[in-house]
Amino acid sequence: MSAQGDRSGLLVDVLKRAQARGATAADGFLIEEQHFTASVRLGQVDTVKHSRDQRLSLRVFAGRASAAASTSDLSRESLERVVDEATALARVTAEDPHAGLPDPGELIGAVPDLQLEDTTGNEPAPEAKIELARQAEAAALGSDRRIANSEGAEYWDRRARYAYATSQGFARGYATSAFGLSVSPVASENGEMQRDYWYTAARHRAQLEAPDSIGRTAARRALRRLGARKVKTIEVPVIFDPDTAATLVRAVAGAVSGPSLYRRASFLLDRLGKRIAAPAVTIVDDGLMPRALGSRPFDGEGLATRRTVVVGEGVLESYLLDSYSARKLGLRSTHHASRDGSGVGVSTTNLMLQPGPASPEELIRSVTNGFYVTELIGFGINGVTGDFSKGAAGLWIENGQLTYPVAEVTVAGNLLEMLNAIEGIANDLVLRDRTVSPTVLIGRMVVAGD
Amino acid sequence: MRGTAKLWDAASPALGLEPSDPMEDRAHISPDKFFADRFNVTPSLMERLIGSNLVGRVDDADIYLEYRVNEELVLEENVVKKASRHVSQGAGVRALSETRTGYAHTDDISIGNLEEAARQARAIADRASTSGTLAVAGRGRAHDLYTLSEPPLVTALDRKLTLLRKLDTAARAADPRVSQVIASLSSEEVVMLIATASGWTIGDVRPLTRLNVTVIAEENGKREIGSWGGGGRVPFDYFLEEQRWERFAAEAARQAILKLRAIDAPAGSMTVVLGPGWPGILLHEAIGHGLEGDFNRKGVSAFAGRLGQKVASELVTVVDDGTMPNRRGSLNVDDEGTPTGRTVLIENGVLTGYMQDRLNSRLMKMAATGNGRRESYAHPPMPRMTNTFMLAGQDEPGDILRSVERGLYAVAFGGGQVDITSGKFVFSASEAYLIENGKVTAPVKGATLIGNGPDALTRVSRVGHDLKLDEGVGTCGKEGQSVPVGVGLPTIRIDGMTVGGTQV
Repeated sequence: MSAQGDRSGLLVDVLKRAQARGATAADGFLIEEQHFTASVRLGQVDTVKHSRDQRLSLRVFAGRASAAASTSDLSRESLERVVDEATALARVTAEDPHAGLPDPGELIGAVPDLQLEDTTGNEPAPEAKIELARQAEAAALGSDRRIANSEGAEYWDRRARYAYATSQGFARGYATSAFGLSVSPVASENGEMQRDYWYTAARHRAQLEAPDSIGRTAARRALRRLGARKVKTIEVPVIFDPDTAATLVRAVAGAVSGPSLYRRASFLLDRLGKRIAAPAVTIVDDGLMPRALGSRPFDGEGLATRRTVVVGEGVLESYLLDSYSARKLGLRSTHHASRDGSGVGVSTTNLMLQPGPASPEELIRSVTNGFYVTELIGFGINGVTGDFSKGAAGLWIENGQLTYPVAEVTVAGNLLEMLNAIEGIANDLVLRDRTVSPTVLIGRMVVAGD
Repeated sequence: MRGTAKLWDAASPALGLEPSDPMEDRAHISPDKFFADRFNVTPSLMERLIGSNLVGRVDDADIYLEYRVNEELVLEENVVKKASRHVSQGAGVRALSETRTGYAHTDDISIGNLEEAARQARAIADRASTSGTLAVAGRGRAHDLYTLSEPPLVTALDRKLTLLRKLDTAARAADPRVSQVIASLSSEEVVMLIATASGWTIGDVRPLTRLNVTVIAEENGKREIGSWGGGGRVPFDYFLEEQRWERFAAEAARQAILKLRAIDAPAGSMTVVLGPGWPGILLHEAIGHGLEGDFNRKGVSAFAGRLGQKVASELVTVVDDGTMPNRRGSLNVDDEGTPTGRTVLIENGVLTGYMQDRLNSRLMKMAATGNGRRESYAHPPMPRMTNTFMLAGQDEPGDILRSVERGLYAVAFGGGQVDITSGKFVFSASEAYLIENGKVTAPVKGATLIGNGPDALTRVSRVGHDLKLDEGVGTCGKEGQSVPVGVGLPTIRIDGMTVGGTQV
């Protein structure tokens, strides 16, 4: 696919029509996607899905009043209706002094090539893709006799083309691809069943980890849960593995995103420039990393992506803002606008808690009696107060060693206190997803069980 | 993540919305005529397409057409912040052979695209040596549960905006500590038409609406959030009846103010009393997902192979009922064209039934129960809940509370999640109190409750006579697909459940 394709012309036409219908300004985002998904269970093909989607999202302004509309029907008749409806709607919404497009001078110039699209060609046949899922599952099933069942393995790929245009004449686009493979084996012994999961995902097919390794990791994760028990309620040090630690990083991002702040619905309100975490904590959002899953050349308002230090050595250095929330807060956009059907919001790109000096084993060895968390479930985060209480599973730590598996317990605390109680960050950061973290040790949390 | 499923209160801080669709008289749309007029796709054409492409080569097949319009209005700081309207349309073609599913969808509904989708779907499910027998869809009469004289989508915009402004005013008037109010109204209409391989074509027109108020209260630098809402397959006027909107505003404000003085929640195992209504999320997580046909056919549910066994206290009878008029989780027919039903899942503590779609009922040789649902045309159906609730018992709710020496009384929840294989489930209280010596005392901060599905309901020791269904707020997520559902519960006492507070 070309970086811009023919569709930005369609977008520009739509915006012209909006102006002809009385809009003072407008912008639009067009996404076109192609998906393929294949799942295999116990060696047999389970589900194969092909799809093609497109969606045009439009935002129109009548002075300082605005409205949004979107459609998956790109026929002329439908687009005309969408424009007319959105323009009419903008007239009934209230004037908002903070509404409006970004200043044209701030829009991105040349679009950098972040190598987000795999252009090597040679698209494998569906059967070859299915074979990857089959191999991953077979590796899980073959790794131990206690892995006798599976929820299956899934291969997916996706190609997407994005175009953004404004009524002021700006039009840019880019294309991405993504590939993924996951396995969910079930381990069982003595009537107990435990499921776990492992995956790989990447922008380029060649970056995917080997199916065997995904399968074996998934099996190991399921097996180590067998024999899980509850523990007595106790306050102890808690270590979050990289996957579960990423939950904490996401919670910080949610609390410093513009809409949470201007609604005063954030436990990090009014903390800009202040210490919010232990000095070891540095959280960076970097949307310019080549080939990374969270990268994008520009945001949902055409502003160039950048690297943002959100938390630097424990100090909250930047919020995450789009143009609207920035104006509302008297600040400047940090170029984190996201775009979906319902309008403009805020989203992160590649969000990372920066690694520390210790190995994960060293962190574990430093704990005499504590809990190593490998899974968190449930909602359980109050973004307004920072209160945190989630279901957890993992392994108990005794005298610096991982011992028996633990399940059916909760871990609870307050995020602000937890961030300040971070006593160790390991050196095992791997950019395997959009939001990632190394292993993290928190000095004390309450583990509730029996 | 595969193998887990979630339920949450659908109160998304909505973004966007707009004016009514000028489409004909929407109150009496015929899905057949709708798709014929708009896309030139008729039931007979769909049947021909299945006949020539799929019959004789697969075990089962269907073509699903969908047209969806969604309107969202959001009021913040007493002005309309977002108004948006979203239209999506498309067709999904499914071909099934043994356990294999081929699925292809297109958002451009035309005969050519449907034929291409049929070829793609067939590629994986094709078996040259098929016997040619096709599954017989569960025919029967579709229900008529939500024909509305004025669907919520067509109600005039100014009436909707006026209501949102009144909600804002009412929530602010409730208490001077209320500092922010976000009021939102979403209105949706889905027109669907499905043709199956056995020559059964059926359509449905599904209205859905939801009103929500979120309040931030502040006092001495402390802030808290309260949220309340409701809706269903009901007209806009539903919110004006029985002072519903006033109650939503008052409840959201009350909850936020109450939480300002909440103390730390206790940690550990204790007696838990759940209030009526939305706390029925317990059933959805503890047993509901575990009784969906797919997980049981695959043997990955903690309830697999346990039909006929005792899985709950004899006080417990749980049903899933998709036939309740105007409820958020109800459907005239499911997304495979099977009329919905009332399935008794647990009767007096004994496991009596699973929820089934066509694929899993065929493979398990059980009846389809009308639980085959999908998020949209872009997704193949799977077994899902509709409205899931526990039948009322005999006890006086006040007596149940008085019977507890020390425990937790939880009346409102955010969301929940379950690991279907291990049976471990959580749900997070957003309004809860301590029970001390039979009396409800201090409000406590939100805490997650965790339990084990096959075990939790065996600990139910009292069941109240006050069965209530939730207000119409639930959205259930499974394998990436979200669908609206309902839950319900009378007041119940559970002897021994782990409460995830911080007070050791």
